[in-house]
Amino acid sequence: MSEGTLYDKVWDRHKVTELPNGQDQLFVGLHLVHEVTSPQAFGMLRERDLDVAYPDRTFATTDHIAPTEADKRERPLADDQAEEMLSALERNVSDSGITFFGFESGKQGITHVVAPELGLSQPGMTVACGDSHTATHGAFGSIGVGIGTSQIRDVLATGCIAADKQKVRRVNVEGELGEGVYAKDVILKVIQDLGVDGGVGHVYEYGGPAIEALDMEGRLAVCNMSIEGGARAGYINPDETTYEYLKGREYVPEGEAFEERKTYWESISSDADAEYDDVVTVDADGLDPLVTWGINPGQVIEISEPVPHPDDFEARTDREAAEQALDHMEIEAGQSMLGYDVDVAFLGTCTNGRLSDFREAARILENHDVDEDVRALAVPGSETVRAQCEAEGIDQTFIEAGFQWRRAGCSMCLAMNDDALEGDEVCASSSNRNFVGRQGSKEGRTVLMSPAMVAAAAVEGEVADARDYLDDGPTGGAGGVEEVAD
Amino acid sequence: MAPDANAGGDQHITEVSGTGVPIPGDDVDTDQILPAQFMKEVTFDNMADYLFYDARRDEDGELNDHPLNRFDGASIAVVNSNFGCGSSREHAPQAMMRWGVDGIVGESYAEIFRDNCKSLGIPAVTADHETVVALQEWIEANPDGHIDIDVEGETVTYGDTVIDVEVDDAMREALVEGIWDTTALMYSNRSKVDETVAGLPYVEGDD
Repeated sequence: MSEGTLYDKVWDRHKVTELPNGQDQLFVGLHLVHEVTSPQAFGMLRERDLDVAYPDRTFATTDHIAPTEADKRERPLADDQAEEMLSALERNVSDSGITFFGFESGKQGITHVVAPELGLSQPGMTVACGDSHTATHGAFGSIGVGIGTSQIRDVLATGCIAADKQKVRRVNVEGELGEGVYAKDVILKVIQDLGVDGGVGHVYEYGGPAIEALDMEGRLAVCNMSIEGGARAGYINPDETTYEYLKGREYVPEGEAFEERKTYWESISSDADAEYDDVVTVDADGLDPLVTWGINPGQVIEISEPVPHPDDFEARTDREAAEQALDHMEIEAGQSMLGYDVDVAFLGTCTNGRLSDFREAARILENHDVDEDVRALAVPGSETVRAQCEAEGIDQTFIEAGFQWRRAGCSMCLAMNDDALEGDEVCASSSNRNFVGRQGSKEGRTVLMSPAMVAAAAVEGEVADARDYLDDGPTGGAGGVEEVAD
Repeated sequence: MAPDANAGGDQHITEVSGTGVPIPGDDVDTDQILPAQFMKEVTFDNMADYLFYDARRDEDGELNDHPLNRFDGASIAVVNSNFGCGSSREHAPQAMMRWGVDGIVGESYAEIFRDNCKSLGIPAVTADHETVVALQEWIEANPDGHIDIDVEGETVTYGDTVIDVEVDDAMREALVEGIWDTTALMYSNRSKVDETVAGLPYVEGDD
């Protein structure tokens, strides 16, 4: 049993009581709502004649079905089903007094991008959303969990979820990241090491020098993909990086109130002598950029490594999964992912749709054009991110390189809008899941990578090493990144 | 009308039974179980039609020999490890339930998927790899064979075979005692919630 960790402290502060089934009733301090998983829950509330218990702690936006082409966002939406979902959300939030960030607000975007940038996500909170990537908010030192629709009903009606306390695994990430290696590479490495189901039953506390050195946007990317490693929640203890990020954001108190709040934030950090259920170390020193070669996020290699052979895996399940992956990806064991043909480049999502992601990709796109055979989409994670990019002129870099510059939404991460792969297209993607069919075509193939790697793939029309386009790049991709630029 | 916080979740689920359907494969994600394109509906009513939509069809869109096409009418799904990983979409177990699945035997489940099953009153029990594979093979050989999941006793019976299975404590307690509707359970604790909220500086600060 863990003791003295942030998880223990936040849990205790939010625990209402123990339920007769043995679970704890946990208050949810921030409930994020989107159009796809909530209408059924609001419907259940109406059936039972129940009101939303804490509308002030509930915030909504639209992301999954949001069209990302400006002219397609006019109402009613051309897609009748999407229009119905969006209209239902608008009715539900209006009836319940829930703040809604719609298209016209200028703040619409992916829930896990919007809530952090507005300062809604803060240390020491419990956060729930009907979306598995809710772990993202753990980057601030909160407990964020993805929930199903019946649990959304629970939160709407009672402000609470019924939950089992999990084990806490400390994940120490050692080393220093080289130029062109990012938070995305770190979390892919963690998943490679610990497995796609290694985190089941656990919460991950990420720490160590490689994590502490990350800015908030990098930390958000790490925590975001906890669920890809099987951990429903993952978090990072808050520090000065966290507090500096929060200062001045819309929903963060100012002045003396900020300092008071900070006292709480500091109080919930894991104690120096906290006890963990287990501690693992991941070595990120000298890490090369990672790319997936298969059909789950754990099937990933450093770009300098060959695609593994199924026999390389000890576990039967991993061998079988590797066979399926090679078959689906139409790739041979032993070959390099460098040069793997790419049809689509997709930059965005709740993992990598933030300002720093677009900045890094833009560094590569300066003075380079997208390969003529590549369809390239840049989809800011929120309208706020889009505005920031446009203020910096980054949008022009993308447009001049040959990217389509879009409006905010989940887009091709799961293809619930018009942005989808066709046939067996290969997508170099900054998203989080390479599952078969995930990007809208069951023959489609996804290669997960960092935003910089997506930009490099867009330019070359094949998987490439982004470091070749950056200053102080690698010396032949042999893994020897010597210099750490800022 | 007074609010009715408990609508159906007070049913005691001590055992479920019926014929089986094997759904083999590890790490079967919820995108496979219910592809995202079919989530654009504001109710769960039609979800059964979309269950494993892509996997059940060949390139021409015709139904193939996927187990769900061969074992129509089954009530017990038998799955392998990390079933239901990925997206939190309750659409996945909703689709299984509406297709006819009343209970699941598997090697392991992703957490959110298992939670969703509990919310819906679907027992999701576990056994080791060999045991699960043996049951999957038995179903292939005995498509009309009867399978019984005893949630309370933590056993599964098929043919002449009785196997021990594990049921997560909270799930067993909730289903057997008829307290799996957590909205109802928690709604009755409203005054206690107010006390908890009063101790949270960030909620107070926003008022």
